[in-house]
Amino acid sequence: MPHITNDDVDVVIVGLGWAGSLMAIELAQAGLKVRALERGPDRPPEDFAYPKPADQYGYATRNKVFATPRDAALTVRYKQDETALPTRKWGAFAPGTGVGGSGLHWTGVLIRPTPTDIKLKTYADKAYKRGTLDADMRIKDFPFTWDEIEPYYDFFDKVCGLSGNTGNLRGQVQPGGDPFEGPRSNPYPLPALQDTLNCSMFADTARKMGYHPFPNPSANVSQAWTNPYGAQLAPCNYCGYCSKYPCLNYSKASPQTTILDVVKRMPNFSYRVNANVIRVDLHKDRKTARGVTYIDEQGKEVFQPAKIVVLSSFQFANVRLMLLSGIGKPYDPISETGTVGRNYAFLSNGGATLFFKDKHFNPFATAGATGEMFNDISPGNFDGPSLGFIGGAKIHSSQATGAPIGTALPPGTPSWGKGWKEGMVDWYGRSMKISITTTCMSYRGHYLDLDPRYKDPWGQPLLRMTFDWRENELKLQRYLREIVLKISKEMKPDAMSESFLALDSHWDITKYVSTHNVGGAIMGTSPRDSALNRYLQSWDVHNVFVPGGNAFPQNFQANPTATIGAITLMAADAIKKQYLKNPGPLVQA
Amino acid sequence: MTFFRSFLIAATLGTAAASMAPSALAASDPALIQRGAYLARVGDCMACHSATGKPEYSGGLAIDSGHGIIYSTNITPDKQHGIGKYTEKQFADAVRKGVRADGQHLYPAMPYPNYGKVTDADIHALYAFFMEGVKPSNAQPPETSMDFPFNLRWGMLAWNYVFTSDKPFQPRQAWTDQVKLGAYLVEGLGHCSSCHTPRGFAMNEKADSSADAQYLAGGDLNGWPVPSLRGMPQWTNQDIVDYLQTGRNRTAAVAGEMTAVVEHSTSHLRTTDLSAMAAYLKSLSPVPSQAASIKPQGSDATIRKLTAAKNLTLGERLYLDNCAACHFVTGKGAERVFPRVDGATVVNADSPTALVNVILAGARTPSTAKAPSILVMPGFAHRMNDAEVAELATFLRQGWNNRAAPVSERNVKAVRASMTPAH
Repeated sequence: MPHITNDDVDVVIVGLGWAGSLMAIELAQAGLKVRALERGPDRPPEDFAYPKPADQYGYATRNKVFATPRDAALTVRYKQDETALPTRKWGAFAPGTGVGGSGLHWTGVLIRPTPTDIKLKTYADKAYKRGTLDADMRIKDFPFTWDEIEPYYDFFDKVCGLSGNTGNLRGQVQPGGDPFEGPRSNPYPLPALQDTLNCSMFADTARKMGYHPFPNPSANVSQAWTNPYGAQLAPCNYCGYCSKYPCLNYSKASPQTTILDVVKRMPNFSYRVNANVIRVDLHKDRKTARGVTYIDEQGKEVFQPAKIVVLSSFQFANVRLMLLSGIGKPYDPISETGTVGRNYAFLSNGGATLFFKDKHFNPFATAGATGEMFNDISPGNFDGPSLGFIGGAKIHSSQATGAPIGTALPPGTPSWGKGWKEGMVDWYGRSMKISITTTCMSYRGHYLDLDPRYKDPWGQPLLRMTFDWRENELKLQRYLREIVLKISKEMKPDAMSESFLALDSHWDITKYVSTHNVGGAIMGTSPRDSALNRYLQSWDVHNVFVPGGNAFPQNFQANPTATIGAITLMAADAIKKQYLKNPGPLVQA
Repeated sequence: MTFFRSFLIAATLGTAAASMAPSALAASDPALIQRGAYLARVGDCMACHSATGKPEYSGGLAIDSGHGIIYSTNITPDKQHGIGKYTEKQFADAVRKGVRADGQHLYPAMPYPNYGKVTDADIHALYAFFMEGVKPSNAQPPETSMDFPFNLRWGMLAWNYVFTSDKPFQPRQAWTDQVKLGAYLVEGLGHCSSCHTPRGFAMNEKADSSADAQYLAGGDLNGWPVPSLRGMPQWTNQDIVDYLQTGRNRTAAVAGEMTAVVEHSTSHLRTTDLSAMAAYLKSLSPVPSQAASIKPQGSDATIRKLTAAKNLTLGERLYLDNCAACHFVTGKGAERVFPRVDGATVVNADSPTALVNVILAGARTPSTAKAPSILVMPGFAHRMNDAEVAELATFLRQGWNNRAAPVSERNVKAVRASMTPAH
């Protein structure tokens, strides 16, 4: 294979999604020569100019801006003694590819975890009697305090033009917001999106029942916004093509709309597309990386020398690159040694669909983040310890789209033919959902490693995922089901359907939940049980930084993007302020 | 204003250097080269003397004059292919009088009638920049080939005699220092009048000084209606500065030829200079608006009609289906991201050409230091036929407070035919 060596750079960024774009601009602004390598194609605004993305079949059914299984397949099994099989079609989750990554087609719900969520282990040890929780549970605290991380959440909120109601301003609970949120240093940058009918019906009922609903925090912006980098977002027009679509209106925060036009102007930044990184190359002593090797679009192998390597690909691609490159020791669930691959977690969802003969919900006029939610059922805010499980959920009524394929129809409606058509005519736009998005704890036996059998087109092993539901998560589902059904009945629908996990459910990889995979290369306080320190720096190879959902030790009920942005910005700050002056481990083990 | 005075003081110093041959020129003060680079931005030399994919200032851009193709020249300091052998005097004559080193005349695609107002000091700085701040390139642009009789360059002698003035820049006594500076930039290197002043029968600008009511009163550039810059009653000074600096402001976004001017020239200018240009433009008496016979619907009526979306005309329906996503039923767009269509100059221009062009071909804001976001309006040529575009454009020109004449299918057909096949 022909071998090419590129010019030296200070920083090579592997993956140009949210984490990669934030790292790119922050480090380029510090004067470093930065080059990003993106596995997928470029995605310029002309590709999704009005009205191209308004194509449900192309984008949502045929996954137009997602990685193909050929690009990113992994193998899956429930338990360690099973043989894992490769994913041949995306189901439960669907990673993006191309410039912008999953940040191009995310829905745009930008919400922070609570201070308790980031110190979950401390909370669990204090609130739960010894032996109450699953002995295999391996939850951990994030290695920073609320006050340390909050400024980075605040900055990222401004990058995205977060729209919604402030819940807690510097310790003062604010009307209309989430009273359970951690104190924020500044109010939301922009007011909330307009409510839709499902929002007000749900919020009114929930409020009457004693809950504390508030508008979904949204990165589909409610007004024109210029962010701290100078990039501009346009007011959302409620077209409803957000989740799985690139925004056609410059209204959804994405690397494209908030960062890339700015960083592309800088002469010390460059990027290559269709550049598939296959490994990080280490120096002989294995203490530092010397660059990365990628396959370019002509299929040639290229070495990119760099002083700093940032792995900012999707969560499981980051973990896989670490395993393929020998960065850190692979996790072994039996001896519980090694760190890379541990604490993998997903999440579950579920809910009820409520049908009303006499209501028009107009779902075609909506934003991806449109909805109301409440966080009353979250760790520390309800009686979890006496119920015997830990976790919680956002309980929400969201109306992300009115796109017709997959329209919910009342139970008993035929699923094809004349009866189905009549059902569509009668019921389109006459239903709303009340949903849950849950936490997911991490366990000793849930992990990622290299598959011994299946390989990618370059002969490298696929990543193997070992994961299933545990009793804790299923009990949580049953508890949430009661709450959702109670609220639903209070709203007196004409018909109703429900979808919750039963106590004997296994994880179903065929049904979409959301692409909130976390863990595998987690941040922590000790190289014994974490792969990264608080600055997302590899404990083992100090010039490798790995920002992304991979760093979460378990999944909280908040969507992950706000936290990915915040921890990435904190790491970028540490590189600029500490690492450049004195390259080496930023935290002493 | 001290900035302006330093121009004039430096001007006397500059004359002395003018006779020096390039070989005698010691390495110039870096500040002078930097000043020259800045002035080259003001003059937007790059717009014509750089072509995509070729070295900066190496020429080769084809300019269709209507009487043949003029190729811009290599103005890098390459001695053979560029202007490396020019003395400062020869350089000054080329810039200000349109005369090449060999005595041949340039075509006024080179805006020397405007550049004639550039001071000696600024010529000196420009010369230092082009000799020492630009990388020599041996690129040889194609020969200009004009039709008879325009191929006879000596003919320009007579044209120059009739239409150009070699009078240096003369500020008016009544102007403040800021307006003087603005006038110098607009009338001289900025050469705004080369597009914004109506042209006469011989492609001459009909006026060459602000005293004349036709000066900067708008015109027609290859069929594109160029707006008047006189007084700019709809814009504040800040709107003008924002537009020049970022290609967008409260109500408008740049389109057409001006996009490249913002990208390569005005967005690089200092805010003080842009404010001076704005002050000067605001000081000019506006062109009286023609009493249009069309009575506007009024904003409320249009908004009500579009919101109800009942019994729509074809134009209204097309607006809702294609335009309202960004420009909204209010026609007001959103500040600095989506331009207003209610009251917009381009919508209400006598000639609908520019409006139709934008509908068909779209537009994109340039990425500038102060506004890096590239916001794209897609072209709709592939989605609408000529009749539909005509209906849509007519609705736009008569909705809200707009009051312009209807657009015919033939108007649209002509604009579509003039566009490159990509559209």
